Amino acid sequence: MSKNKAVLTGEHFLSGDLACAEGALAAGCRFFAGYPITPATEIAERMSLRLPQVGGVYIQMEDELASMAAVIGASYAGVKAMTATSGPGFSLMQENIGLAVMTEAPCVLVNVMRGGPSTGQPTKPGQQDVMQARWGSHGDYEIIALSPNSVQEAFDLTIEAFNLSEAYRVPAFLLMDETVAHMWEKVVIPPAENIKLVNRKKPKVPPEKYVPFKPDSEDLVPPMACFGEGYRFHATGLTHDEFGVPKTDSPEIQFQLVSRLCEKIRRNADKIVKVEKTMLDDAEVAVIAYGVLSRSALSAVKKAREKGIKAGLLRLVTIWPFPEKHIRELADRVKGIVVPELNYGQIVREVQRIAGKVPVVFLPKLGEDLHKPAEILKALEEIKR
Amino acid sequence: MMAKQEEMGHPLEDFLRKSRMPHIWCPGCGNGIILHSFLQAVADLEMDLDKTVVVSGIGCMGRAAGYVNMDSFHTTHGRAIAFATGVKLAKPELTVVVLSGDGDLFAIGGNHFIHAARRNIDIKVICANNFNYGMTGGQQGPTTPLEAYTTTSPYGNIEHPFNLVHLAAASGATYVARWTALHVRRLTASIKKMLQKKGFGFIEVISPCPEIFGRRNKMRTGLEMMEWFKKVSVIENFSDPAKAEVSRDRIVVGEFVDTEKPTFEEILYETIKKVQEKG
Amino acid sequence: MPVRIWRKPLDAEKAKPPCGEIHILKDLCKGCGYCIEFCPRDVLEKSEEINKRGVHPPRVADESRCVVCSFCTAVCPDFAIFVIEKPCEGGR
Repeated sequence: MSKNKAVLTGEHFLSGDLACAEGALAAGCRFFAGYPITPATEIAERMSLRLPQVGGVYIQMEDELASMAAVIGASYAGVKAMTATSGPGFSLMQENIGLAVMTEAPCVLVNVMRGGPSTGQPTKPGQQDVMQARWGSHGDYEIIALSPNSVQEAFDLTIEAFNLSEAYRVPAFLLMDETVAHMWEKVVIPPAENIKLVNRKKPKVPPEKYVPFKPDSEDLVPPMACFGEGYRFHATGLTHDEFGVPKTDSPEIQFQLVSRLCEKIRRNADKIVKVEKTMLDDAEVAVIAYGVLSRSALSAVKKAREKGIKAGLLRLVTIWPFPEKHIRELADRVKGIVVPELNYGQIVREVQRIAGKVPVVFLPKLGEDLHKPAEILKALEEIKR
Repeated sequence: MMAKQEEMGHPLEDFLRKSRMPHIWCPGCGNGIILHSFLQAVADLEMDLDKTVVVSGIGCMGRAAGYVNMDSFHTTHGRAIAFATGVKLAKPELTVVVLSGDGDLFAIGGNHFIHAARRNIDIKVICANNFNYGMTGGQQGPTTPLEAYTTTSPYGNIEHPFNLVHLAAASGATYVARWTALHVRRLTASIKKMLQKKGFGFIEVISPCPEIFGRRNKMRTGLEMMEWFKKVSVIENFSDPAKAEVSRDRIVVGEFVDTEKPTFEEILYETIKKVQEKG
Repeated sequence: MPVRIWRKPLDAEKAKPPCGEIHILKDLCKGCGYCIEFCPRDVLEKSEEINKRGVHPPRVADESRCVVCSFCTAVCPDFAIFVIEKPCEGGR
């Protein structure tokens, strides 16, 4: 029995939702504000049970607007904080996702994706929120989004989301499809000392010299003081200068701020982006998939190989920032790309944008079923011809 | 009379972010009076400025957070209390004060207000009630008096306004008061009392808004609005907040609620302690 | 006219109200007039000069009347006036 209550080192049989909650605790999350919503509720339930055990705070807010606001408040008070929701709640959170971006508040948001639009299909899997994750709040910005394809990854990538969020002072999303969230699998939780944790950079100067939004030149991320530490700084959702002072009528400051908020992610994309490449070295056709569909896709690729088709799989572990470089490299080598998604066409547009003249076949799926390997295989066979 | 040493600073200047002064508020606006009153209370109580956080929403009073020499945060419209909830729970040793306006706190943010009051979380809310949305040019809002003229009630307001102190009391706030911007001494005393007390506190300050609200309602100057407050205000301490009206002919001010009950974070941290002891 | 009945404190002869020194930060004034109107001792009046903001700031009409109640300080929305206590010349 591990002495560390936050990290339950050992082998467990968990659902994606529960593994995500355990990942958050292992990552050092000590604040959860949320609102019940299918199919993400189990994360809140688990956090309400587990957080008090490790001295953390669970609060059920009055709605998702409040949940996201409270998470940013806790983050500015110096605590690693998260919330979890699904499509309708994700829509409500967009407002304060923008605030987190603008004030560079590290925080993690889990969106267990179900079928939309609107109330849609609360209990069915979907991947319909991937574009909302990228563009859901108004204005230009960049965020980080990761997509697990197994319960183990729900644990691992939640930790990764916290680490990236802390490193880049940006909201990080775990976009988990309902299937992964409700699937039960073995999870191995490593000893606490083997889990790499990243904490936000703290200011190295005394309060009178602290410039709260002055970025370090190498990564464009400003060191972050927190409330109660004596820095007495101001943060605002308005366009602000490096001192945090609202400057709403200066085109220069607006450009400087917004471009930096984007560039701190874009310029560090190579460090952030993770993909998984399977049998791509000699591939003539490829599948690009993310989340649970990468499992069907892997099966399809293996079956294609058995049939003598040189197929491979590019799995997007990171969805945002978009793994452009990897897709460009792939597009340079293959004759066709198949993109299955649990939506009516979202990531496929990004793939088409980058793939250029290489044919891209889109396989939409809405409702309940996941793509069967045979469907993806068929598309691979057709595109080969 | 010769001018006095003007270089001498205002006694509260260390509590303000000097670089941000003068503030953006119109001549005669009550927000500056409320801010002064709050800072006077902080000064009188010798509060630790490093451990006090001011949170505001959007609107004229929303700018207040930017003017205080403390940790401060200017949130999205209506979300000041929700943000403050996160701050208070994550670092309960901080004093968390919300300074915002009636539209921010009671229209778009109304849900957060009633729930924070229900939980009795230790957050102090000071609301500047100017009867309309000043920042956007004077639209009708949840506190606009019936029949008052605003840019979106050109034929007179057809909606009944909220009675904010009644709402706060009914929602569970453990300290509730209302003053006008002319009752500066009582307001400061009231803020001091609220700051020294645990639990969800709420003070409504009826505030002159001559440039935006007053001029459409036959009160073109701040003085006319303040004269109105002077003429019709009655102090009725601990009277029934349900009957504490704000109307053309009568403004009931005073303290309405001052009770004790366990605060949210007290119960929360007690629970955490128990869970941890159990192991 | 309402009749006002004032009770005279027993130590009224002995009590000495303090004397004030009024500081006006003229260029911060936005000219609302609250300090002038609500001073209970009529210490202030509107000046003729025009400040940086284009309004007439208050000026001291009769400082000897000031008793340092500091209502002007509290009611000023612009942090533009304050009073400090000074030794009374020749006693009051």
